[in-house]
Amino acid sequence: MNHNALPLFEVFIRSKRGLDHRHVGSLHAQGHEQALEYARDVYLRRSEGVSIWVVNSSDIVASQESDVEQFYDPMDDKPYRHATHYQLPDEVKNL
Amino acid sequence: MNSKANKQDANKQDIVNYAIALGDDSLTLGHRLSEWSSNAPFLEEDLALTNVALDFIGRAMMFYSYAGEAEGAGRSEDDIAYLRDCRQYRNLLICELPIGDFADTMARQFLIDVYDVGFYTELMQSVDETLAAIAAKAIKESRYHLRRSEQWIKRLGDGTGESHDRIQRAFNDVWGYTHELFEVDKIEESLINQGIAVDRPALKTDWERCVQSVLNEATLDTPDGQWSIRGGRAGLHTEHLGYLLAELQFMQRAYPGLEW
Repeated sequence: MNHNALPLFEVFIRSKRGLDHRHVGSLHAQGHEQALEYARDVYLRRSEGVSIWVVNSSDIVASQESDVEQFYDPMDDKPYRHATHYQLPDEVKNL
Repeated sequence: MNSKANKQDANKQDIVNYAIALGDDSLTLGHRLSEWSSNAPFLEEDLALTNVALDFIGRAMMFYSYAGEAEGAGRSEDDIAYLRDCRQYRNLLICELPIGDFADTMARQFLIDVYDVGFYTELMQSVDETLAAIAAKAIKESRYHLRRSEQWIKRLGDGTGESHDRIQRAFNDVWGYTHELFEVDKIEESLINQGIAVDRPALKTDWERCVQSVLNEATLDTPDGQWSIRGGRAGLHTEHLGYLLAELQFMQRAYPGLEW
């Protein structure tokens, strides 16, 4: 089989309940169903997660290098938008 | 020893042999699948196939370890796997056949996965608690194996002209080995009557229905059962098992007792 002919999928794994899905990598598969199974076989062999998302890589729209000035620079001088002054209780592990 | 105790011992040995036979099915097929490691058509399938291989080898360990315990003669699962020759292996012949090409591997796998899902569903009801517990673990794996192999059959059958022809040929070539899946001898029949072993002949109708419906959907013909080969459970094997065991057992034969 010509491997290059298979579409590319991005894989997101939720490592445990309550946490977000995180991008863990990508793989080739013939379709969504097979991509899900390969994600299970490639990325969950050591009980790394409880839920999987797969997304056709071509469906991802990414910001470009040329967007930096408009997208990110304006935020640099607005510290009042950051929630940096809250005291976090010890019990809160993920925020 | 009175005759009742004799009978119990005989029955215990039958259970030991039954567990070993099930372990042999798992080990030989697991070993065959492991031959795809680093050789599969592409990386993702390589990892998926070797995962399946490991499921079967894990199953073999559980069956052998139970057999060793029940036997009480101090044999470990490694002793059972590495220190028996062909005639003492009791696996069904279909498990020992060479991997062939990807179509051969998948056709065999699909036929066994359908069988395993039926088999382990029933073994979960065994009055032997250990066998039932092993089955409860195996059934989850087999359902996933079947999901994978069933999709491959449809993908290859309903794919290109070449993939269709090659998967059809693979089914034709392996078909004669499937009859043995549903045949039992007197000893196994007695274990079935005691609620210990699975009534394999009774699995055949569902198996045929399931296989046929997938083959239909895959635009493949169900081979006609004109020829059949049997003998695995009696220790009569194809020429292929010797080569398999030569590779599997080499280290323990060359360096007895080697640990790592």
